[in-house]
Amino acid sequence: MKRSEKIIEAFLLACSLLTVLTTVGIIAVLLFETVRFFEVVPIWNFLTDTEWSPSFSKDQQHFGIMPLLAGTFLTTFIAMAVAVPLGITIAVYLSEYASNRVRNIVKPILEILASIPTIVYGYFALAFVTPYIQQAFPSLELNNFNALAPGIIMGIMILPLVSSLSEDALHAVPRMLREGSYGMGATKFQTAFRVVIPAALSGIAVSIILALSRAVGETMIVAIAAGNKPTLTFNPLNQVQTATTYIVQTVNGDVANDSIEYKTIYAVGMSLFIITLLLNNISFWLKKRYQQVYK
Amino acid sequence: MKIEAQDVHVYYGQEHTLKGVSLSVKKNTVTALIGPSGCGKSTFLRCMNRMNDLIDNCKVSGNILIDGVDINSPSVNINELRKAVGMVFQKPNPFPKTIFENVAYGLRVNGVSNKEYINDKVEWSLKQAALWDEVKDKLKKSALALSGGQQQRLCIARALAVEPSILLMDEPASALDPISTSKIEELIYNLKASYTIMIVTHNMQQASRTSDKTAFFYMGELVEYDDTRTLFTNPKKERTQNYITGRFG
Repeated sequence: MKRSEKIIEAFLLACSLLTVLTTVGIIAVLLFETVRFFEVVPIWNFLTDTEWSPSFSKDQQHFGIMPLLAGTFLTTFIAMAVAVPLGITIAVYLSEYASNRVRNIVKPILEILASIPTIVYGYFALAFVTPYIQQAFPSLELNNFNALAPGIIMGIMILPLVSSLSEDALHAVPRMLREGSYGMGATKFQTAFRVVIPAALSGIAVSIILALSRAVGETMIVAIAAGNKPTLTFNPLNQVQTATTYIVQTVNGDVANDSIEYKTIYAVGMSLFIITLLLNNISFWLKKRYQQVYK
Repeated sequence: MKIEAQDVHVYYGQEHTLKGVSLSVKKNTVTALIGPSGCGKSTFLRCMNRMNDLIDNCKVSGNILIDGVDINSPSVNINELRKAVGMVFQKPNPFPKTIFENVAYGLRVNGVSNKEYINDKVEWSLKQAALWDEVKDKLKKSALALSGGQQQRLCIARALAVEPSILLMDEPASALDPISTSKIEELIYNLKASYTIMIVTHNMQQASRTSDKTAFFYMGELVEYDDTRTLFTNPKKERTQNYITGRFG
């Protein structure tokens, strides 16, 4: 009996070690290849050069990450501009106004948005949203590939993340705070926006940061609908290339494994990893602080 | 009469929590509501500012007149009612704002924007709640940094800022230490001159120390209502006698 217990324990330990080792392995490979990349390309160039053209001939090659980050940030920004106001409004409605019946119907439907495959979102942006905007606003001169349409669609994709987590945060605000506000003659609207939201602010911030990190790492939607041209632009009508799209393009292309061009994907991957790691840490820290206030 | 309740019934869904309570309260007096847990005393208190409206499937019947006006009639503006009938809760519930903004909140939500007026009113309210001297140098600090007793007095100041004529207190000292409790009791005594106060308490000594009249509730019914001194020294009902001597409850 004792022996079999030990075997089971060893097996369980092995399983958890496996995931830890995988994580360590991925980071190690990423780090190793990134260091080799920076042996050739100075890190200063990587951070400050305004052009990204690893596939050009040697004398015209540029390795500035900025155009890729600009693409990533532009699409992310548009997504957040859609998801944050809409998500918080929905959360306030569900938590403060809707009856239990309505909430039990609407919340699962919203969460279905999260289960739509991103590839579907991608061609929806390309085949439906872009042509629709082009038709509705011909004077905009919207490129067939652009940051706007995938940005909007990405916003809809991360909407349930914001609305659902924010709703949880609002719902967790003690009822006593609401009663205190009503007790002084405040209306429902005043109570929701002046007391409940401020009290749930750190929880809402966590939901926003998690959505942000999801949008930064999103690949399929932008790969399909945003284009493939690294451009240092903040014009949403233009074609852009995000960091993730670049990696997809390069991995799929026929690039020699030991070439500097191939190594770029590790440097770009590392940059993405650092950004999302930072965001996740901020949200973790906020969550910890938040729990201290309410326990 | 400041408050007149006539045959008040409250139902939470199927549960009949308050069974025909009638009770009148004079202006500028303190009325204590006592009784074992679940006897309906808090429910009755929450009828006075229609706090029960916030609870799904809660039904209130009977008449509650404040200054002769039926507060449940459709013509009564519920926000105005709650302004006139302030409430202090069982646990201190300051908003996650500064001390100043906590007290100013009631004024701001009621549309007051005159800065000078708000400043004066905040100072006045904090003085009324005997908190001014302790916080006057840190008005911009978070209210959550105050001690429990200070938070509760802040909540009283917050309620007073909108100039209610009635103050409802739902076990206001149950979460506080003895020193903070005695401060709150002293405060209740001083506030009586300007407000009509109704206080729910589990603490018999507190009821006898602070109130003019006491109402004993049991199982949703008002068993006995009399001058506090009479009720505690010479109760007419056996149940009251048993409760105040600690035989049950």
